[in-house]
Parts: sequence; structure tokens; C-alpha cells
Amino acid sequence: MAASSVAASELLYNMKKQILILHPKVSCIIRRISTRSPRRYNQPQPSAKSAPEQLVGVVGLEIHAQIHSNTKLFSGSSVCFSAPPNSLVSFFDASLPGTLPVLNRRCVEAAVMTGLSLNCTINRKSLFDRKHYFYADLPAGYQITQQRRPIAVDGMLTYSFLGGKKRNQVIRKNVHIKQIQLEQDSGKSLHDDLRSQTLIDLNRAGVGLMELVMEPDMSCGEEAAAAVRELQLILQALGTCQGNMSEGQLRVDANVSVHRPHEPLGTRTEVKNINSVRYLARAIDYEIRRQIDVLQRGGMVQNETRAYDSKSGETVPMRDKEGLQDYRFMPEPNLPPLIVYEDNASLPTGTDLCQAVVVQKIREGLPELPSVRRDRLVQTYGILTEHSFTLVNEDGLVEYFEAVLKATKRAPRNVIGWVTNELLSYLKQHDMSVSQSPVTPPALAELLELQEMGHISSSVAKQVFQEMWRSSGKTATQIIHEQDLGLVSNTAQLHSICQKVVDSHPDEVHAIRNGNKKVLNKLMGLVQKETKGRADPVLVRTILQEKTS
Amino acid sequence: MLSLTLREVSLALREGRISPTELCRKCLNRIKKTQHLNAYITVTEELALKQAQEAETRLLQGADMCVCISSILCRVIGVTVPSFLPLGAPKGPLDGIPFAVKDNFCTENIKTTCASKMLKDYAPPYNATVVQKLLDQGAVLMGKTNMDEFAMGSGSTDGAFGPVRNPWSYAASYTEKTGAVPESDWVVCGGSSGGSAAAVASLTSYLALGSDTGGSTRNPAALCGVVALKPTYGLLSRHGLIPLVNSMDVPGIMARSASDAAIVLGILQGLDMRDSTTVAAPSSPTELPEHFDVKNICVGIPKEYHAPGLSEETLMQWSRVTDMFERAGARVEQVSLPHTQHSIVCYRVLCHAEVASNMARFDGLEYGLRSKVDSSTEAMYASTRHEGFNDVVRGRILSGNYFMLKQNYQHYFVKAQKVRRLIADDFKHVFSSGVDVLLTPTTLSDATRYSDFTQEDNQTRSTQEDVFTQPVNMAGLPAVSVPTALSRRGLPIGLQLIGPALQDKKLLSVAQWIEQRVGFPSIRDSSESRNETGVTKREQTSAV
Repeated sequence: MAASSVAASELLYNMKKQILILHPKVSCIIRRISTRSPRRYNQPQPSAKSAPEQLVGVVGLEIHAQIHSNTKLFSGSSVCFSAPPNSLVSFFDASLPGTLPVLNRRCVEAAVMTGLSLNCTINRKSLFDRKHYFYADLPAGYQITQQRRPIAVDGMLTYSFLGGKKRNQVIRKNVHIKQIQLEQDSGKSLHDDLRSQTLIDLNRAGVGLMELVMEPDMSCGEEAAAAVRELQLILQALGTCQGNMSEGQLRVDANVSVHRPHEPLGTRTEVKNINSVRYLARAIDYEIRRQIDVLQRGGMVQNETRAYDSKSGETVPMRDKEGLQDYRFMPEPNLPPLIVYEDNASLPTGTDLCQAVVVQKIREGLPELPSVRRDRLVQTYGILTEHSFTLVNEDGLVEYFEAVLKATKRAPRNVIGWVTNELLSYLKQHDMSVSQSPVTPPALAELLELQEMGHISSSVAKQVFQEMWRSSGKTATQIIHEQDLGLVSNTAQLHSICQKVVDSHPDEVHAIRNGNKKVLNKLMGLVQKETKGRADPVLVRTILQEKTS
Repeated sequence: MLSLTLREVSLALREGRISPTELCRKCLNRIKKTQHLNAYITVTEELALKQAQEAETRLLQGADMCVCISSILCRVIGVTVPSFLPLGAPKGPLDGIPFAVKDNFCTENIKTTCASKMLKDYAPPYNATVVQKLLDQGAVLMGKTNMDEFAMGSGSTDGAFGPVRNPWSYAASYTEKTGAVPESDWVVCGGSSGGSAAAVASLTSYLALGSDTGGSTRNPAALCGVVALKPTYGLLSRHGLIPLVNSMDVPGIMARSASDAAIVLGILQGLDMRDSTTVAAPSSPTELPEHFDVKNICVGIPKEYHAPGLSEETLMQWSRVTDMFERAGARVEQVSLPHTQHSIVCYRVLCHAEVASNMARFDGLEYGLRSKVDSSTEAMYASTRHEGFNDVVRGRILSGNYFMLKQNYQHYFVKAQKVRRLIADDFKHVFSSGVDVLLTPTTLSDATRYSDFTQEDNQTRSTQEDVFTQPVNMAGLPAVSVPTALSRRGLPIGLQLIGPALQDKKLLSVAQWIEQRVGFPSIRDSSESRNETGVTKREQTSAV
């Protein structure tokens, strides 16, 4: 038994190598499949016969991004995440009869901005439709959406992630954006099973959403996660959506299927209830493995909606409340077609400039997008690409980095580590944002200057940084002074310390004299130990060399 | 006093011949005396008296102001009076004037039922824009008027609060000529805004708001002998009007004369931030010229309106008024609106589809009736909607949803929309060929006895009754119904004028021209003799 199983794994190993060569695109699934083994879905079993092309995953995404705006899409109620239940509900939001929708211009602008940033075509004229279904948190019995003609279509998102063996190789990919449509969010239902009651909170009802449809151009969880992460950064840079997945500002449903390359797509499932980018990757990879397993056991994938359970890491079938719904779409009669204008010249005479949405104006006001930003950082400062990812990924970190650079003469390469390692790990440890950092950019710059000028050693610098974090407000100079951490460059004092070390380590001295110069480093370390790292290394080296020659 | 026009009674108030509270009391008494008509669902007596009192205070202050400010200060400084007057000054021609509102316009903290069990106890937290505008003018709300449930009907016979009786059923003209006994032979008042028409005709209000989706304002106005304006779509805000068909609904104005309707139009029209489908009002004032010259206008007579079922008498009135135009020097032309015949079918598809959608919100959760059945949310929805809506509403919801099903949408809804466009184009062609107004009948005949009317179902009746009126809604055009004569049975017959979009004022001018010449009688103010309504000629005219 044992022997045969070894043989099988060897076979598998060889097969994988082959596939990697044939289909480099699917590398990450294969890697995932082969490296992870949750309870039920182990490595795919190779079929006994000739190996046909492997099943690979196909992933499309449906993303609902809550528009960051003061008021809702069609009413004047405020938008706020954790307000008391039903405190942000206008007559329209509660669907009181006789109320009418009034389109929020800010939401239109947000959709246009997002569309432009995703290289979409902005439809000069788009339309609103009603989508009907009965649900307790949908007070009107229909949702106003853009089914026939959405505001933006046919875009492209370029995203990158670090791949390769050392995870330092930048892999760049594209995903098509089918459309962006404006629509209303629903309220929230809270089911109280004990009292068999459903409580409805309409605070969210009517908040503006952008529904983005990403075509099934992705093949695994890692790609989907990278695409969503990039989208998140773009939305945050634009300010059109805060992008917090756990607060539901960004909701991602994944359409997952598997097939053999060059064959028609398989039956897909929709995976819901994913509330972080990390879970998105796990949910998709789990679902791909599950489907492959179903097929390989001779089963069929059901077209169904599944929920991701983050505790078990599995997807489970959802009681499908929608079933085979006919949404009975019809044009929303209370909203005229939504018209956006290319530029001021194309505005019809008499148009109120404050009311019109002008694409040109929005395009000119677009901020620097994350991909451009990363390229600029690499080019301007000569830092590594992976550092540019780290900088851009953390809100405010680029600004912090650049502010430090402005205040110091040190090269960016010497600063980057401090920002992406020291600062970031402290922030993560304390669950703080960059803006909350007790060490300001000028303070860090001062510290780095002191190190550069030889006032402190690098190990002491780290010690001082830690102290600065703890006692916010104290400058590096103050801390060095108070704790007497400055470099010892008093030659007489160093001479005596060095002499002590040389005297107590005759074997090492002997070795050095015999030509093994490396042993000098050990002596240097001992000197630093004596001085708690404060000895001027250049001076110590000179003295030791003198004494051991 | 009660049979005066709005313009006349407004002057009487200014001149102190009657005070707003006296006038309000008279109307309230009249409402009590005509209770058998079932015109009102809710009478807002207390509120009306309070509003009348406020109007009275303003009018009294205004009288004093006139002496001390307008004569001295204004002449000296050279500014207009209003900028000097305190808030208590009279507000305009509607200050202190009693009015009624169809029960599908939201009124703040006043029940708004749509004549449905579903909203039997519903009091909205806000006023419809058109209601608010009237209140802002100091008009005095008498109450909310009866209608067909959710405005679905053409007789005001299908509401949860019972049918509305046509006031003319009790007029001598009807009882004497036909020997009818009002209690059994009463005639319907048309619909769906029957209560509003009855309120204006029975002299309990000087003006009333109706809603018009397929003729719901014009039809009862014609049958009750009052003037009705169905304004251009978008000219009046629909905010607060509980919708039937959003793309066709307009608030309608019912009054005793075209000139009264023009005054009200002037106040109600214009952009509303709360209704994105509203348009800016044309800049000209709505005051009608006293003498409108019809010499330079072209009157179109659409041949398709010679419909089967058109009564001989209505046809006669149509010819009579046509001749009047011709004799007065207007150009009269026969025109064709070839797609008219398809209009009612398309209207039904579009109407039912929107009804199905608009009614979806009545699920018993946020407001209105909630069934006691609570075994599941779905069961509660179903029984709430079953208990709350009548057969007509449920029937339209069912067929509307059918038209919207994915497999039927193209075949029904889209097709109906295309034909709707053709119907609108018909009108466009006619008006661009030099025709200024179209003259047609408003209804096929005078009012039908209730006992006869209910022999047919709601849909059959609506098909018959809306035949001349609903194409206008499909095209969003303005139309006026103007009472023309009494039939041999002593019941009103009305004619309809249709104009190009935003020509509402011109249409009312032409209506006034007809009004000045046909000598239509009004139900006399007979506050002393209960249930006995005589007829008097309001204006003696020489034209006939």
C-alpha cells in the first residue's frame, strides 16, 4: 500500500510540472490545490487513464459598492453606518404612497468617476428600471436599478499581485468590467428565531449602490482577491466608496465554475456572504476544489447560490429565497432618462451648471490612481515594486513616506524599510491607521538624520524608535540625551574597553594574527555588547585592528 | 352665494359681503344636507373652520391695510403693497375659498384612503404639493372626496365607501322630465373623481382636485356639469398623489368656470423639486382674456371620435358647438387620428402593468392594513392584499404582472409602448398641420342610472367611458371638459377640447368662449329646501 501511494504522489508531481508548463496561467490554482488540503477536498485524484487537460476554475464577480455620499440615491436621508435603527428613513425610503424618487447628483458623479477610472464608456443617456420582488426589507416591492441601459459599460481593470516562488514577482492581469449600474440598496432584516419575528431596519434602504460586473476572466481566488483589492484602492482613492467589506460598503459575490480550457464554461454557482478579501480568495478556491471534486466523482455541479462559512472555510448551499424569480422589469416612470454631458460646450442652453453632470470636468478632477502611483514611486525613488505595493496598500502610507523623505537627506532606499517594516508593524500591532501614528514623519526623519550623522548606531535607532512610540511627543534627540544612548566616541574610553576584550580573548586574537580577519567581527560584537551598542563602529574597528595586528 | 363662481365669491369676500367663516359654515351645512350623495369620505369640519378663521383675520387686516398703507405709503415711496404687508395679509384670490380634494392626494394627518380598505385608516405625514399650494394660498379644505378604489373605475361606484350619487339625480330637471324617483333612479356621477365633481356640482366646494389618468377628472365633470382641466403632463406636481399610472397621472382641476380653473392652474403649475417629471410653467399669466377671438383659430374635429355608442344627443351638442365656431369665423377642419382605435387596449396594458408595480408596496408592513394572518411573511402579504384590495384592483394587479413577465414583456408592454408613441404622434401631426384645438365629446352620453351602470363590470364600463379621454393621457396633452347643455333627461352633457402640450391656458380660453355662449345652467343654491335642487341659468347668453 505504502509503496503504491508514494508512486501515485510522484506521478502527480510529474503531472503538475507538465501542466505548469502547458498552462502557466493556471499556476496558482494548481499550487493552491496541491499545497492546501482542507478536510474534504484533498489533492485532485489523477484519472487512471491518459491525463486529459485539467479542470480549471473560472471566476466572475458581481460587486456592490455603496456610494460614499451624504444622502441616499433618491432621497434626502443621511447615510451613516451604525445609526440607531430606522433613524435615517425618509418618507420615500419607507415607500409612503405618493412619494417620488429624486436622483442624487453626487451618486451620478461617483458612478461616472468610477467608470472613468475603470476605463469604461460612459453612456450619455442611461435609464432606470424597476425590479420587482417581495421582501420585507424592500419596502416598495421593487428596487430601482439600471437594467436596460446602465451609466457605464465596457471597462477594464488592470490589477497586479506578487507571485512566483519568493512572492516577489509582479504578475499583471486584466479583467473586463461589463457594466456599472446605479441602484438602490435594500434595508436589513434581522430574524429573531426565538420569537419568530423579523425586525426591519430601513436605514440602509435607498442608499446608492454601484453594481459592478466583472467578467469571468479570473481563474482563482488569488486573482479575484487581487482584482477586488485593486478596485478597493481605486474606489478609496476616488472617494466614491469607502470600500470596507466588513461593514458591507463593498459586497462581493463570486460566480464560480470549472471547465477544461477551450471547452464551454461549466455550470456556475454563486457564492455569497463573503466579507473580506482574504475570505474571498478562500471561498473561491474552496468552491473550485469542490466543483472539481464533484465532477471527478462523476457528479454534476448544481446551479445554485452558496454561502461561505468563514469558520469552516466551506461553502454551503443557501436556502434559495429567490428561486426562479421573474423580476418583471419595467421602466421607472418617475425618473426621466439620466443625461450626462461630455463637456460644457455640449450643455444645452439654459442648463443649470450646478445641476449638470459634465464628464470632462470629472475626468480633469480624477486623483492619481493606485497603479500610476506605484509606478511613480518605483521610478521616482528607486524602491522595489513590492515596497510600492505595501506603500499604496496602506491608506496614508505613501504620504507618510514622502513626508519623511522631504525632511531628511537620506536616500529613499534607506527610508523605505523604516516605513514598511518598523512603522507598519507597530501600526498593525496596535491596530492603528497611519494617521494615528504617534511618530510623525518629521520625528522619524530626525531619528534617521541622527543615525546618518553617526550620533547613534542602527540598533540604538530602533531602540529610540520604540521609545518614541511609547512616549509620544518626545523627540529622538531628547530620548538619546535622557537615556544616554549617544555613540561613545571618546577614544580613550574605547581604547580601554577594546583592551579589555583583547586581553580576555587570546584565542581570537591569535586567530586574527594568523590571518583569519573575520574573527575581528566577533571582537567588535563583544565591544558593542560592553557599550550596549553605543560604540562608534568605525572607531572600534580601527582600535581593534591596531591592537590585534 | 354658494352657486357663485370662485372669482365671484372671492370678490364677495373682499368686499365683506360674506366672511370666510360664514361661507365655510354654509358649505359645511350644505355638505350635511347633501350627505346622501356620498361625495365625501372625510369632512374636515374643525380644520376648515380654523382655516376659515385665519383667512378671516387676514382679510380683515387686509381691509385696514388698504386704507392706511396702500393709499399713503405706497404712493409716496413707490413700492408695491405686498412687500409692506405683514404676514397676516390676504393671500390671493383663493384666501378663504372652500375646496375639496380627492382622497388619493396625501393630506397631512388627515385620512387619505384611496377609497380602499387597504388605507382605511391611513393618515399621511405630509401634504401633496398641489394640496400644500392651495393651503398656502389660504384656501379652506372642506374634506376628502369619494372615488373608485385607487382611482380604478369610471363611475365612482367601486370604492370601499360606497358609490357617489350624481347631484343632478335630485334636480328638478331630471326628476320632472323623466319622472324618476331619485332614491331608486339616481344616476352615477362618473369617475373615478366622482366625489370631487359632485362636491363642485352640489355647491359644497368652489373647486376640487381630481386626478386624471384616463379621463378620471373630465368624465365625472362632464356627467356632473362642471368644468375640468386635465393639465399637460408634468405641469402640475404629482408628489403626494397616490399613483395609478405614473406616466399618465395628472392632478386635475374641477371648477365652475374655465376662468376659475385658470386661476387655480396659475397657482398649482410649475416645477417641483420633489417630482422629477415636472416642467417649468409657461411664463405668461393664466388670467384668461374676457373676450377671446376665435376667428384666428383652427378647430379640428377628429373623425375617429364618431365612435359606436355615441349618443344622438351628445353628437348633436358636438355639432352645435362646431357650428358655433364656424359661425364665429373659426376654421373648422375634419382631422384624423388613425391610431385612436388601438388606444384603449394599449392603455389597459400599460395601466395594468404600472398598477401591478405601484401596488406592490401595499404589503401591510410599513402602513395601511395588516392582516391578522401571520404564519409567515408570505402568508401575511397574501392575506393583507386579498383583504385590502377589491376585485378590480386585484384583477389589474394580476393582469399587469402577466404583461410584465419576461416571456410577455415584449409582446405586451413594449408593443403597447410603441403604439402609445404612434398615438402621441397622431396628435403631433394634427397640431403641426395648423390645428389649434380639437373638439370632441367627453363621454358617449349623459349619466347612466346606477342600476343600469352596474349591469356591466368595471372593465367594460371603463372601456366605454374612457374611450374619448384616455388617448390624451397617452400623449400627455392638456384637455378641458366644458359643460354644454342638459340632455332630454335633464342631465349634463360635456364636450372636450384637446390642445398641444403646454397650451393649457389657450385651451381654457377657448373653453370659456364656449361657456359664454352655450348657457349651461347650474344647480341653484337651495340651502333652504333640503334634497330639492332647482336649476337656474347662471348666465344669460345671446349666442344660442
